[in-house]
Amino acid sequence: MEFISTPPFLLLERSSVRRVMLQVLLALLPGIAAYVWLIGPAIVVQLAIATLAAVLGEALMLALRRKPLALFLSDGSAIVSAWLIALSFPPLAPWWLIVVGTLLAIVVAKHLYGGLGQNPFNPAMVAFSACIVSFPALMSQWPALGLQLSFGEQFQLIAGLLPRIDAMSGATPLDALKTALKLGDGQVDVPTLLATQDVFGHFAGRGWEWVAGGYLLGGLWMWQRKLITWHAPFGFLAGLSLLAAALWAWNPQQFADPLFHLLSGGAMLGAFFIVTDPVSGCTTPRGKLIFGLLAGVLAYIIRVFGGFPDGVAFAVLLMNLCVPLIDMYSQPPIFGLKDAP
Amino acid sequence: MISREQFREIMDNGIWHQNSSLIQILGLCPLLAVTTTLVNGVMLSLATIIVMAVANVAVATLRNLIPHEIRIPVFILIVAALVTVVDLVFNAYFHELYLVLGIFIPLIVTNCIVLARVEAFANKNPPLQSLLDGVFTGVGLLWTLALLGGLRELIGAGTLFSGIDMVFPALHGLQLLPADYPGLLLAILPPGAFILLGCLIAWKNWVEARAVARRPDSGADHALPVALADGA
Repeated sequence: MEFISTPPFLLLERSSVRRVMLQVLLALLPGIAAYVWLIGPAIVVQLAIATLAAVLGEALMLALRRKPLALFLSDGSAIVSAWLIALSFPPLAPWWLIVVGTLLAIVVAKHLYGGLGQNPFNPAMVAFSACIVSFPALMSQWPALGLQLSFGEQFQLIAGLLPRIDAMSGATPLDALKTALKLGDGQVDVPTLLATQDVFGHFAGRGWEWVAGGYLLGGLWMWQRKLITWHAPFGFLAGLSLLAAALWAWNPQQFADPLFHLLSGGAMLGAFFIVTDPVSGCTTPRGKLIFGLLAGVLAYIIRVFGGFPDGVAFAVLLMNLCVPLIDMYSQPPIFGLKDAP
Repeated sequence: MISREQFREIMDNGIWHQNSSLIQILGLCPLLAVTTTLVNGVMLSLATIIVMAVANVAVATLRNLIPHEIRIPVFILIVAALVTVVDLVFNAYFHELYLVLGIFIPLIVTNCIVLARVEAFANKNPPLQSLLDGVFTGVGLLWTLALLGGLRELIGAGTLFSGIDMVFPALHGLQLLPADYPGLLLAILPPGAFILLGCLIAWKNWVEARAVARRPDSGADHALPVALADGA
């Protein structure tokens, strides 16, 4: 059954939202593969929980809003949000945490603002910010390095059947560096920390650098397939690394190198899958570049000088607020005119 | 005296149609800051009701004596005197609660609901009507703050009526959700108050829209009340 009558010139690309979303999910796979290699199958369980919660939440809201269920459920946008949430939450978090996060994203951040294409804020980042503000302890418990848990144990942890033990959890590499610097009070320096502490690998966090590499791979594939343009990711990575490089050049003892920041936390996931969100991000090419650049700068400031483990989510939400302004001032000139209107 | 219709109109406007929090969006500062628990919300509302009722009667009685040009300073003086009384009473009889509510009791002076009722109603109406207006506007504030406070407390901490021992020492708060409920901290923080207030306003508009749709005779001419914000 057809719900929407499309103009003839659009007939070639039918249900293109679904095609785009499917390809975004495909692009996430290299990162997920590295994640599974690093943590184990727990992340797959979280992805499944998030997907289920997102689909149920989407169906509920569509039914409440009396929208066609099949059409909007099959576009896959809810699943993309769900996967981004699952990938940004701690992999051994209890199941209800990811359910609360996903429902916040779908019900509050997406449908209360008008559904697909209407949300001013990135739903996945709303979920992450709301949960890290609400449950700071649970959201900071990342699996400790070298923690060997069987699939059964991981599953029981997620289901809440096993008690959580402090020794199982550790900080993210970003958090570990920040805490060590704060505790060291000027006595410790970054190069020594990076070289001596187990949690750090060749470039950034041990293992996490390969997950970030997986996201980079998927992102470059999306760029090659013309799903995203280079502006927003390049701007984000440039903003993050330029500020990191400036501070690192000024004081390499207290600030980590740009590569560490590029491969840590949510930088790569954010650069290719979050700031490229066509709904909550800018629409003009120059706007995308500015949006990405400022988001990168803000992410660095928040993750290095702020109180939370990572700054990507807050940076993206803050920049989402500025999107109408940036779009207004970055209109491309009308064909035939010299200056922008 | 007062007619039945007039009484009904004042009551309806105060409690529902012109609800200070959901329609006029007045007095947001105490609304957002104090409604972390049901008890806090109710007690601040009660303080506001007392101030509003007495201030309305006082202004309505004196309305022909107050020079028009300086009426606002006079209103503020009257309200401030009353708030001082309430402030001292809270300090004396509910000292713990006084410490919790803190600056928000003195701030009733600058609450725009109080000034709005005094200026828009008591300044133009006789004392009895003004008394009713003050009380019912306060009741509208009371149920909104109680609902918001109760929701935030329940979602944020899983309890209800916590802190009631500050008012009635014999009573205790209820732990409604299991004791290991982690608590959605966001609901207690100011953003949670904004989000829940938005949900309450949406709920009220939905109720009104349904009422309009059900009314057989006048459907189109009864426009939805639009929430106009000012702040404070």
